[in-house]
Amino acid sequence: MLNVLAQTAAGEMLEGLKAIGAGLGYGLAAIGPGIGIGTVVGNAISAMARQPESAGMARTTMFLGIAFTEALALIGFVVFILLMP
Amino acid sequence: MSAATDHADVVLPAEGPEQEIARDLARRAAWVSPAFLVLGAVLGGVDGAVSAGLALLLVAGNFLLGAAIIGRAVSVSLNALYGAVLLGYVVRLGLLAVIALAFKSTGWFSAVPFAITLLVTHLGLLAAETKRVSMTLAHPGLAPSARKVGDEPSTDPTSPQE
Repeated sequence: MLNVLAQTAAGEMLEGLKAIGAGLGYGLAAIGPGIGIGTVVGNAISAMARQPESAGMARTTMFLGIAFTEALALIGFVVFILLMP
Repeated sequence: MSAATDHADVVLPAEGPEQEIARDLARRAAWVSPAFLVLGAVLGGVDGAVSAGLALLLVAGNFLLGAAIIGRAVSVSLNALYGAVLLGYVVRLGLLAVIALAFKSTGWFSAVPFAITLLVTHLGLLAAETKRVSMTLAHPGLAPSARKVGDEPSTDPTSPQE
Protein backbone atom coordinates (compact mmCIF):
# COMPACT_ATOMS: atom_id res chain seq x y z
CA MET A 1 0.00 0.00 0.00
CA LEU A 2 2.74 2.42 1.02
CA ASN A 3 4.71 1.34 -2.02
CA VAL A 4 1.78 2.18 -4.31
CA LEU A 5 1.33 5.54 -2.62
CA ALA A 6 5.04 6.32 -2.96
CA GLN A 7 4.94 5.45 -6.66
CA THR A 8 1.92 7.65 -7.22
CA ALA A 9 3.51 10.52 -5.38
CA ALA A 10 6.70 10.11 -7.40
CA GLY A 11 4.72 10.09 -10.66
CA GLU A 12 2.82 13.22 -9.71
CA MET A 13 6.03 14.88 -8.63
CA LEU A 14 7.60 14.05 -11.98
CA GLU A 15 4.64 15.57 -13.82
CA GLY A 16 4.86 18.67 -11.65
CA LEU A 17 8.58 19.00 -12.24
CA LYS A 18 7.99 18.65 -15.98
CA ALA A 19 5.46 21.47 -15.90
CA ILE A 20 7.80 23.68 -13.86
CA GLY A 21 10.67 22.92 -16.24
CA ALA A 22 8.52 23.70 -19.28
CA GLY A 23 7.39 27.01 -17.82
CA LEU A 24 10.92 27.97 -16.80
CA GLY A 25 12.25 27.00 -20.22
CA TYR A 26 9.67 29.16 -21.99
CA GLY A 27 10.38 32.09 -19.71
CA LEU A 28 14.14 31.79 -20.12
CA ALA A 29 13.81 31.39 -23.89
CA ALA A 30 11.82 34.62 -24.05
CA ILE A 31 14.54 36.71 -22.37
CA GLY A 32 17.00 36.69 -25.28
CA PRO A 33 14.46 37.66 -27.96
CA GLY A 34 13.15 40.35 -25.60
CA ILE A 35 16.61 41.92 -25.47
CA GLY A 36 16.97 41.50 -29.23
CA ILE A 37 13.61 43.13 -29.96
CA GLY A 38 14.52 45.99 -27.66
CA THR A 39 17.72 46.53 -29.62
CA VAL A 40 15.94 46.33 -32.98
CA VAL A 41 13.17 48.74 -32.01
CA GLY A 42 15.56 51.12 -30.27
CA ASN A 43 17.74 51.42 -33.32
CA ALA A 44 14.73 51.74 -35.63
CA ILE A 45 13.37 54.58 -33.49
CA SER A 46 16.78 56.24 -33.57
CA ALA A 47 16.81 55.94 -37.37
CA MET A 48 13.28 57.35 -37.67
CA ALA A 49 14.13 60.27 -35.39
CA ARG A 50 17.32 61.08 -37.30
CA GLN A 51 15.85 60.65 -40.78
CA PRO A 52 12.06 60.97 -40.74
CA GLU A 53 11.90 60.63 -44.52
CA SER A 54 13.22 57.07 -44.22
CA ALA A 55 10.68 56.04 -41.58
CA GLY A 56 8.93 53.64 -43.95
CA MET A 57 12.17 51.84 -44.70
CA ALA A 58 13.08 51.67 -41.01
CA ARG A 59 9.65 50.28 -40.16
CA THR A 60 9.96 47.60 -42.84
CA THR A 61 13.33 46.51 -41.51
CA MET A 62 12.10 46.73 -37.93
CA PHE A 63 9.07 44.52 -38.55
CA LEU A 64 11.13 41.83 -40.25
CA GLY A 65 13.79 42.07 -37.53
CA ILE A 66 11.20 41.65 -34.80
CA ALA A 67 9.65 38.67 -36.57
CA PHE A 68 13.00 36.96 -37.08
CA THR A 69 14.01 37.56 -33.47
CA GLU A 70 10.67 36.22 -32.29
CA ALA A 71 11.45 32.89 -33.93
CA LEU A 72 13.83 32.18 -31.05
CA ALA A 73 11.00 32.63 -28.58
CA LEU A 74 8.83 30.35 -30.71
CA ILE A 75 11.47 27.62 -30.37
CA GLY A 76 11.13 27.97 -26.59
CA PHE A 77 7.36 27.88 -27.01
CA VAL A 78 7.58 24.64 -28.99
CA VAL A 79 9.77 23.06 -26.31
CA PHE A 80 7.22 24.22 -23.73
CA ILE A 81 4.38 22.58 -25.66
CA LEU A 82 6.32 19.36 -26.14
CA LEU A 83 7.31 19.15 -22.47
CA MET A 84 3.96 20.06 -20.95
CA PRO A 85 2.29 16.95 -19.52
CA MET B 1 14.56 69.59 -25.37
CA SER B 2 17.13 68.30 -27.81
CA ALA B 3 16.34 67.70 -31.45
CA ALA B 4 16.96 63.98 -31.06
CA THR B 5 14.23 63.60 -28.46
CA ASP B 6 11.70 65.96 -30.00
CA HIS B 7 9.60 63.79 -32.29
CA ALA B 8 6.94 66.36 -33.07
CA ASP B 9 8.33 67.00 -36.55
CA VAL B 10 8.64 63.32 -37.48
CA VAL B 11 6.40 62.63 -40.47
CA LEU B 12 5.26 59.05 -40.63
CA PRO B 13 3.22 57.42 -43.40
CA ALA B 14 -0.43 56.77 -42.57
CA GLU B 15 -0.55 53.21 -43.93
CA GLY B 16 2.17 51.14 -42.37
CA PRO B 17 4.46 49.04 -44.52
CA GLU B 18 4.44 46.41 -41.76
CA GLN B 19 0.69 45.93 -42.20
CA GLU B 20 1.17 45.43 -45.92
CA ILE B 21 3.89 42.86 -45.24
CA ALA B 22 1.80 41.09 -42.57
CA ARG B 23 -1.16 40.83 -44.97
CA ASP B 24 1.12 39.36 -47.61
CA LEU B 25 2.54 36.89 -45.06
CA ALA B 26 -0.99 35.81 -44.05
CA ARG B 27 -1.93 35.42 -47.73
CA ARG B 28 1.11 33.23 -48.29
CA ALA B 29 0.31 31.21 -45.17
CA ALA B 30 -3.07 30.44 -46.76
CA TRP B 31 -1.31 29.34 -49.94
CA VAL B 32 0.97 26.87 -48.17
CA SER B 33 -1.69 25.61 -45.77
CA PRO B 34 -2.75 22.56 -47.86
CA ALA B 35 0.79 21.18 -47.79
CA PHE B 36 1.01 21.52 -44.01
CA LEU B 37 -2.48 20.12 -43.47
CA VAL B 38 -1.49 17.06 -45.48
CA LEU B 39 1.78 16.78 -43.54
CA GLY B 40 -0.15 17.04 -40.28
CA ALA B 41 -2.61 14.39 -41.43
CA VAL B 42 0.27 12.07 -42.34
CA LEU B 43 2.00 12.60 -38.98
CA GLY B 44 -1.02 12.61 -36.69
CA GLY B 45 -4.22 11.85 -38.59
CA VAL B 46 -7.14 14.21 -38.14
CA ASP B 47 -5.68 15.55 -34.90
CA GLY B 48 -2.44 16.33 -36.70
CA ALA B 49 -4.22 18.17 -39.52
CA VAL B 50 -6.26 20.21 -37.04
CA SER B 51 -3.12 21.02 -35.03
CA ALA B 52 -1.25 22.07 -38.17
CA GLY B 53 -4.19 24.29 -39.09
CA LEU B 54 -4.13 25.86 -35.63
CA ALA B 55 -0.39 26.49 -35.96
CA LEU B 56 -0.94 28.22 -39.31
CA LEU B 57 -3.67 30.37 -37.82
CA LEU B 58 -1.44 31.29 -34.89
CA VAL B 59 1.47 32.23 -37.17
CA ALA B 60 -0.71 34.41 -39.42
CA GLY B 61 -2.51 35.94 -36.44
CA ASN B 62 0.78 36.66 -34.73
CA PHE B 63 2.07 38.56 -37.77
CA LEU B 64 -1.17 40.51 -38.20
CA LEU B 65 -1.44 41.38 -34.51
CA GLY B 66 2.19 42.46 -34.34
CA ALA B 67 1.76 44.70 -37.38
CA ALA B 68 -1.48 46.15 -36.01
CA ILE B 69 0.22 46.98 -32.71
CA ILE B 70 3.12 48.68 -34.48
CA GLY B 71 0.83 50.57 -36.86
CA ARG B 72 -1.35 51.80 -34.02
CA ALA B 73 1.55 52.77 -31.76
CA VAL B 74 3.57 54.56 -34.43
CA SER B 75 0.65 56.90 -35.06
CA VAL B 76 0.82 57.96 -31.41
CA SER B 77 4.54 58.57 -30.93
CA LEU B 78 7.91 56.90 -31.22
CA ASN B 79 8.06 56.42 -27.46
CA ALA B 80 4.70 54.67 -27.57
CA LEU B 81 6.10 52.46 -30.31
CA TYR B 82 8.90 51.23 -28.06
CA GLY B 83 6.56 50.44 -25.20
CA ALA B 84 3.88 48.89 -27.39
CA VAL B 85 6.28 46.59 -29.22
CA LEU B 86 7.82 45.23 -26.03
CA LEU B 87 4.47 44.93 -24.26
CA GLY B 88 2.94 43.45 -27.40
CA TYR B 89 5.72 40.87 -27.52
CA VAL B 90 4.87 39.66 -24.01
CA VAL B 91 1.13 39.74 -24.72
CA ARG B 92 1.49 37.81 -27.98
CA LEU B 93 3.67 35.11 -26.37
CA GLY B 94 1.13 34.82 -23.55
CA LEU B 95 -1.73 34.57 -26.02
CA LEU B 96 0.08 31.83 -27.96
CA ALA B 97 0.57 29.83 -24.76
CA VAL B 98 -3.02 30.30 -23.58
CA ILE B 99 -4.53 29.34 -26.95
CA ALA B 100 -2.26 26.31 -27.37
CA LEU B 101 -2.86 25.08 -23.82
CA ALA B 102 -6.61 25.58 -24.14
CA PHE B 103 -6.59 23.66 -27.39
CA LYS B 104 -4.38 20.94 -25.90
CA SER B 105 -6.96 20.25 -23.22
CA THR B 106 -9.63 19.49 -25.85
CA GLY B 107 -7.96 16.26 -26.92
CA TRP B 108 -7.65 17.27 -30.59
CA PHE B 109 -4.04 18.28 -30.16
CA SER B 110 -1.03 16.62 -31.73
CA ALA B 111 2.19 18.27 -30.57
CA VAL B 112 4.64 17.22 -33.28
CA PRO B 113 2.69 18.47 -36.36
CA PHE B 114 1.85 21.63 -34.43
CA ALA B 115 5.51 22.27 -33.56
CA ILE B 116 6.81 21.53 -37.05
CA THR B 117 4.18 23.69 -38.75
CA LEU B 118 4.67 26.58 -36.34
CA LEU B 119 8.45 26.80 -36.72
CA VAL B 120 8.71 25.98 -40.42
CA THR B 121 5.95 28.35 -41.52
CA HIS B 122 7.15 31.22 -39.33
CA LEU B 123 10.75 31.04 -40.52
CA GLY B 124 9.92 29.93 -44.06
CA LEU B 125 7.39 32.68 -44.70
CA LEU B 126 9.75 35.30 -43.33
CA ALA B 127 12.67 34.05 -45.37
CA ALA B 128 10.51 34.10 -48.51
CA GLU B 129 9.20 37.55 -47.65
CA THR B 130 12.68 39.06 -47.52
CA LYS B 131 12.82 38.65 -51.31
CA ARG B 132 9.55 40.54 -51.73
CA VAL B 133 10.23 43.62 -49.64
CA SER B 134 11.69 46.76 -51.04
CA MET B 135 14.38 48.70 -49.19
CA THR B 136 13.98 51.95 -51.05
CA LEU B 137 12.68 55.31 -49.91
CA ALA B 138 10.19 55.37 -52.77
CA HIS B 139 8.61 52.00 -51.99
CA PRO B 140 8.84 51.01 -48.34
CA GLY B 141 7.15 47.71 -47.59
CA LEU B 142 6.42 45.30 -50.39
CA ALA B 143 8.32 45.74 -53.62
CA PRO B 144 6.16 47.05 -56.49
CA SER B 145 6.66 43.80 -58.39
CA ALA B 146 5.33 41.82 -55.40
CA ARG B 147 2.13 43.84 -55.05
CA LYS B 148 -1.11 42.44 -56.39
CA VAL B 149 -2.68 44.13 -59.39
CA GLY B 150 -4.85 46.96 -58.09
CA ASP B 151 -2.78 47.47 -54.93
CA GLU B 152 -0.39 49.94 -56.52
CA PRO B 153 -0.70 53.50 -55.35
CA SER B 154 -2.08 55.86 -57.96
CA THR B 155 0.52 57.79 -59.97
CA ASP B 156 -2.05 60.22 -61.33
CA PRO B 157 -1.39 63.54 -59.56
CA THR B 158 -4.99 64.68 -60.14
CA SER B 159 -6.55 61.66 -58.48
CA PRO B 160 -7.55 62.08 -54.82
CA GLN B 161 -5.11 60.58 -52.34
CA GLU B 162 -6.40 58.73 -49.26
